[in-house]
Amino acid sequence: MIRRNSWKEYQKQIADDRYYYARSCIRQNFFPGSEKAFIDILQNDLGRDLLDDPKHSSCTGIGYHSDIVPLETIMTVVARQFALMTEAGYEHFVASCITSFGVYTEILATWEEFPEMEEKTRENLFKATGREFRKPTSLAHTSDIMFHFREEIARKAKHKLVNSLTGEPLHVVEHIGCHYAKIFPKSGIGGSEFPYVLAGMIESWGGQCVDYPERRHCCGFGFRNYLVQANRGYSIANSHKKLESMVPYKPDFIVANCPGCAMFLDKWQYAIAEMEGTTYGENGHGIPVLTYEEMAGLVLGYDPWALGMQMHQVDVEPLLDKMGIDYDPAAKYLGRNGKYIGQPDSAVVNGCPPETLYGMRE
Amino acid sequence: MAAINFGYSISKPRAIDIDRNNLRKSDEILHEMPELQTCIGCGSCTAVCTAGNLTEFNFRKVHTLVRRGEYQGAYEEMNKCMLCGKCRLVCPRGINTRAVVMLIKHKLGDL
Amino acid sequence: MKKTIIIGGGAAGMQTALRLSELGIEPLIVEKEANLGGKLRGWHALFPSFTPAEEVLAELQRRIEEKKIEVRTRAEVRSIAPRSVTLADGTTLPCDAVVLASGFTLFDAAIKEEYGYGLYDNVFTSVDIERMLNEKRVARADGSAPRRIALLHCVGSRDEKVCQQHCSRVCCITGVKQAMELKQLFPEADIFNFYMDIRMFGPGYEEMYREAQQKYNVHFVRGRISEAAPTIDGRVQIKAEDTLTGRPLRMSVDMLVLLVGMRANDDNATLNEELRRAPSGFMAPRDHFLHHVESNVEGIFYAGTVTSPKNIGETLDEAAATADAVAEYLKN
Repeated sequence: MIRRNSWKEYQKQIADDRYYYARSCIRQNFFPGSEKAFIDILQNDLGRDLLDDPKHSSCTGIGYHSDIVPLETIMTVVARQFALMTEAGYEHFVASCITSFGVYTEILATWEEFPEMEEKTRENLFKATGREFRKPTSLAHTSDIMFHFREEIARKAKHKLVNSLTGEPLHVVEHIGCHYAKIFPKSGIGGSEFPYVLAGMIESWGGQCVDYPERRHCCGFGFRNYLVQANRGYSIANSHKKLESMVPYKPDFIVANCPGCAMFLDKWQYAIAEMEGTTYGENGHGIPVLTYEEMAGLVLGYDPWALGMQMHQVDVEPLLDKMGIDYDPAAKYLGRNGKYIGQPDSAVVNGCPPETLYGMRE
Repeated sequence: MAAINFGYSISKPRAIDIDRNNLRKSDEILHEMPELQTCIGCGSCTAVCTAGNLTEFNFRKVHTLVRRGEYQGAYEEMNKCMLCGKCRLVCPRGINTRAVVMLIKHKLGDL
Repeated sequence: MKKTIIIGGGAAGMQTALRLSELGIEPLIVEKEANLGGKLRGWHALFPSFTPAEEVLAELQRRIEEKKIEVRTRAEVRSIAPRSVTLADGTTLPCDAVVLASGFTLFDAAIKEEYGYGLYDNVFTSVDIERMLNEKRVARADGSAPRRIALLHCVGSRDEKVCQQHCSRVCCITGVKQAMELKQLFPEADIFNFYMDIRMFGPGYEEMYREAQQKYNVHFVRGRISEAAPTIDGRVQIKAEDTLTGRPLRMSVDMLVLLVGMRANDDNATLNEELRRAPSGFMAPRDHFLHHVESNVEGIFYAGTVTSPKNIGETLDEAAATADAVAEYLKN
């Protein structure tokens, strides 16, 4: 374990209450319970005011980073989000997605440096929608908010990030989305080299961070890169490199603060297992990958299926067992209304020998 | 094992990995010809190289890779050398470049 | 007798004082530390001759004592003027001329966070190595002998990211010197120097570089280490580009040595507002040729690394020139 003593030099103002919440466009598909868990934790467990505004849209970050959406357009879209926030009477903007957080950070910095671009954006927004906006007084990523309340959550904890059989802290790999602090190091808690945002939660909730050599390496998501099938070879190679590097530390799970990273680190384990037969966790299984809301949810005693953890590619049951969490195996694939939602076929990454698998690969 | 065809495979790392490379041959070469280590990468040898002006052969790069334990293809590359000796005339460090070619071929030819 | 106050009791300050006293001018050395010596103190051996730093320092100190030069230690200077020096405690010392010989500040390697100095075991600076050589105990954090060592040039030099765009000049040769010293201690170890350019500007330096390559088999890789990370067995994984082959390169090492640069003292900016500084923050002499030891303020002079990174030999030479310039000034 390394001495992470530099994170305190990178601090930012994080509002204590009254947040305007901007969702991610892709998270609902891959980790469908996470955003709901964030809202529930903020509103119910912590008693904070948070507006989940159905009027807001995608920030168009994926289009922007794929060279489809021009800068002027994304600035206008972002301005509209700020206008909605202003109209709703909020001033603390919270983005659920790291790409969005990076986009908002970058645009606010651009306007700071080039006020004429801000003026132009105001003009564009007004012409297109008749809306006007104030810039947020604070901008945070949802993981910043969770970090901010980590001690409060720890005090309400039903479970710790501890192996309930041995009493040992769980070994957790934290993975930070590149656009959280690699572009603007001062925009992230702990900066870009030693981000503390997830590590802080892990430590407060009883776990132990794993510092492995490829900790800072990108998961390989990269927009343009994975969008083109032919390029996915080096996209997956990045996650592969990280997984190979973390294995000796025997991590109990991975937690990520970026929609793409959590998805890739989870799903690429499936692809790698199918391609090479390699798995990285215990007993021939993959390593479970959690979002920080899921991690907080488990700590606060939420039901794993209510958190949407049945949607993970790598089964989370070994982790739940380790943490001593009660869950109903039979309820895993029952939806919120009790209706069967279907279930995936068995996979190498979940410990099934390849020869017993379904017939699609013949 | 019948794997799924995903339409792509996991790219192999391009990095020179000193931890994985076996440096034994490299050490032997440097032990026999310590002067090779004095190369400062000026490129004079490659600039005058008879073979290098007509083929992809880059003497400087090949011997640098060999020193890092990257032997793949080095023997074949060194075979492109015509042993004309121009490189030895221009080397500011006075490295016996022809002897380097012969030594690398000798050490790696038996792989 | 005219009196000159010399700020800083390192190699530059001591040499200036000695020469001034020979010229019949009364010097007073004001030193903020408890002892004279500056950065020479704690250094092990000087390139290119491996002369013990202690030898040079002891001789300078012996001469200072012999000439009974007045020294005030533990005295921090707040501001300077041509005819007076004000200390941090408010005392003002009158004089006829001032020589600023306050040297440089070592770059704090922890600022380059990506190398993990102070966070990971087995990441050291060139200063740590000198200290360990003096203590006769160069070893990894667990006391074991290193099998593979990487030295990284230009840490805190030629780096816009940390606002240090200048070249610190002496780190290249220090890297060569320490590589040789480490190889002598650990003949079995592989030593890699990672550099952007090798700048061998001094007498015998190029020869030493070549000796390190040919005789000591030190590997020189042209490429800057971009990040370091601890491995599970307490080593350090480093990544660079081997630019001469155009390939990324990685390896784990038992010791990573950061060759830290020289940066300008913070108080260069506040000692006297009229004094001009170079973009690097070092003091700017009146010109680089005929008035290179004079400031732009009449009566304030410079000696040594307060104006730019220099080696010990250059510093001692310049200090003599400074004393001559002061003497010339005080004649009028």
